[in-house]
Amino acid sequence: MSALLELSHVSKRFGGLAAVEDLSFAVREGEILGLIGPNGAGKSTVFNLVNGVYAPDRGSIVFAGGEIGGMLPYEVARLGLARAHQIVQPLAGMSVLDNCTVGACFGRENLSLAAGREAVREVAELIGLSGRLDELASQLTTAGKKRLELARALSARPRLLLLDEVLAGLNPTEIGRMIEVIRKIREQGVTILIIEHVMRAIMSLSDRIVVLNSGKKLAEGAPAEVADNPEVIAAYLGDPGHAGH
Amino acid sequence: MIWRRPFPWLIALATALFVLLPLWRGSVQLRESLLLAAVYITLASNLNLMIGYAGYVNFGNIVFFGLGGYFCVYLVNDWNWNLVLSALAAGIIVSALAFLFGLGILRLRGAFFALATIGVNEAIKQFVTNFEPWGGATGIYLSLEAYAPLGGPRQALWIVYFMLVAVMALSLVASYAIKNSKLGLGLLAIGENEDAAAILGVPTPRYKAIVYSVSAFLPAVAGGLYFFKSGIIEPGGAFDLTLSIEAIVMVMLGGHGTIMGPAIGALLYEEMRGTLLTIPTFSHFQLVIAGLLLLVIVLFAPGGLMGFIHRHWPASRKFFE
Amino acid sequence: MIGVLASIIDGVLVGAVYGLAAMGLTLIWGVMRVINLTHGAIIVFGMFALYFFVSTLGLPAYAAVPFSLVFGFGFGVALYWIAAHRVIDRPILMSLLATFSMNMVLIGIGTALFSTSPYNVPVSLPGLRWQAYTFTGTHIVAAVIAVAIAGLLYLLLYRTRIGKAIRAVAGNRDAAELCGIPTTQVLSFAFGLGIALAFVSGTLIATLFPFTVLSGQAYQVKSFVVTVLGGLGNPAGALLGGITLGLIEGAATPFMPVSWIPIVEFVLFVIALLAFPRGIFSFSRS
Repeated sequence: MSALLELSHVSKRFGGLAAVEDLSFAVREGEILGLIGPNGAGKSTVFNLVNGVYAPDRGSIVFAGGEIGGMLPYEVARLGLARAHQIVQPLAGMSVLDNCTVGACFGRENLSLAAGREAVREVAELIGLSGRLDELASQLTTAGKKRLELARALSARPRLLLLDEVLAGLNPTEIGRMIEVIRKIREQGVTILIIEHVMRAIMSLSDRIVVLNSGKKLAEGAPAEVADNPEVIAAYLGDPGHAGH
Repeated sequence: MIWRRPFPWLIALATALFVLLPLWRGSVQLRESLLLAAVYITLASNLNLMIGYAGYVNFGNIVFFGLGGYFCVYLVNDWNWNLVLSALAAGIIVSALAFLFGLGILRLRGAFFALATIGVNEAIKQFVTNFEPWGGATGIYLSLEAYAPLGGPRQALWIVYFMLVAVMALSLVASYAIKNSKLGLGLLAIGENEDAAAILGVPTPRYKAIVYSVSAFLPAVAGGLYFFKSGIIEPGGAFDLTLSIEAIVMVMLGGHGTIMGPAIGALLYEEMRGTLLTIPTFSHFQLVIAGLLLLVIVLFAPGGLMGFIHRHWPASRKFFE
Repeated sequence: MIGVLASIIDGVLVGAVYGLAAMGLTLIWGVMRVINLTHGAIIVFGMFALYFFVSTLGLPAYAAVPFSLVFGFGFGVALYWIAAHRVIDRPILMSLLATFSMNMVLIGIGTALFSTSPYNVPVSLPGLRWQAYTFTGTHIVAAVIAVAIAGLLYLLLYRTRIGKAIRAVAGNRDAAELCGIPTTQVLSFAFGLGIALAFVSGTLIATLFPFTVLSGQAYQVKSFVVTVLGGLGNPAGALLGGITLGLIEGAATPFMPVSWIPIVEFVLFVIALLAFPRGIFSFSRS
């Protein structure tokens, strides 16, 4: 499997703080790569660098063979990269259908309005929002909004999907359902880079794990290896915010 | 297929009324009143593309009307072009300028964009006041010969009226077409949450510049026709900030983001304004009344009239946009 | 050459008053993320307050200053509850239109009361002589008062409990609320403060120049330029920014017709905004 996304020696500072430092890792096509680490490790910054919200100070980010470091968010989206955010950002005044249609029409395939709406119906089926397409986004429950976030990202038929703590705030049943959905997404050929604090979920979903700590890569490998790594354990045990599952 | 939705019928009906009523009554006064209404509807509908769709408040929107007026009158008067060509040329030039300018100015957000648009209006007004080829502070007076190709002044006024009604109808059609297009979807997304829209792939700078430019075209043409009919154009009347602000009130009153909203708002406001101006005490308070109205709308009914209807009668959302 | 220097120094003096005006604007923005478009109208009302004091009541001009501070504050608090309170947490479009409509109302009332004729409040003070130039006494006094009020604001913000509360709410309203700070009252206080600053700056400007009901617009533009120069939400920056603007004006006035100056300032404003990198002054809704 070739690398769909590759970060090489990427660094990003904010004022005096190095959020990400000399980070290198690759996401292979078709895999689910989990990104974990204590709070403040730089995981969200990595996502922001990849999808164009920030530009890296140093290093390169290559997606599907082309350099994307420094590109603007909509340019990156056009290349086939979509993101479901930790803090959901629904287009509140628009319907669920319209929300997802935006994703479908402005993503990689640059679909027309009609084709976009068609694509959305399939995705809504998969995510379980088919009955709610005409509801206003603002009227959904938290779980519903999270599903919308995911559906919208998926509607763009991305090659790479960034999932940013999509399980946060969900109860165990909802988490179980979401995990199934994520597996189905991967079966459709979408590569997934996922940030998650719900340990059992990310360990069972991921093919490989990258551990970040203070902006640097601490460990990389299969979930079982990483879980046994003493440095990783120390990093987490030293962080009172971590709750093991 | 499109005729199955109620919308196009409403536009056709409105246009027919505007055309037939003054003809049937043979009333010049009615025509003048409806002409003003058509201009307001044009201004409000096109402004709505910025405010209601993209969420950017263009305080200085009147600059398109005024500049369009100047270009058109100048071409007719000094270069002897015919009216249609001049008005169209004015529209094209102004919207091209708007596109270029928009690429820069639309990088500003919220209040700063709004204030910058006032600056644009004032700066252009100042420039035109000092621009001799356009008559400077006195402006341009059209000679009566300009009306000859249209069959003399009386007939010209009717012809210009019908042209303005056509521009009004086109504005409504454009609002509808854009709202149901991919461009419209992207714009609405920008209006909801610009950063989220960009992450979803909407090419925000380009789209904003496009809508700014499109929102300039028909008001510029309308300006050309209006000032041709008036026979005179001068900086104060062409770049009247009060009218610019009233256009905003019309959009908010009727319901921003909807298609009928701005048109209804324009009609209501014109009625209200017309009535108030005849009452001596109120005529001084034009700006106060408009301001209070806007304040009340923003505080208590931000969706305007259409918002109110949609909220209390959800089924109406489908056919009464 | 010396003429330009004198003009510049004079500009700096007047600039201090611009800075005072801008402080009101930037304070309101910093605390509650509202761009107060009534700013110009308030300045105008401050100007008329001076007129009322001197020409109607026959009181000494500078006695109007404390009055303006107090009245302006009360007026500001009232304005907060009328126009700003309901739109604080809504999209920017709404707070923009709310303050703008309030501006229309105020200017409309002002026009009805005072029409658009020019007013002048003659305030005569001995000036300072230097070589062939006299620095107008009023300019010097206005600058001194402006700096003094700025100093008072600093003391209030950094040495009192209410000041601390204001800074807390400005930093993070939800966190402040959780700490038990009555944020709504703090917001109304801060708004009142911002309006008071604008109001008193109008009073001071009226001691310097003649004015009309429509003068507010020009000073509002200046305030915006200053706020951008000094950094949004930064009162100290506003004072410095005001002095800078005054300096630029002083340098430009000998060479430019007066009617062009507001235009130049608008252009400066737009350029300054565009020159700052995206993100520092963005008003994103997220």
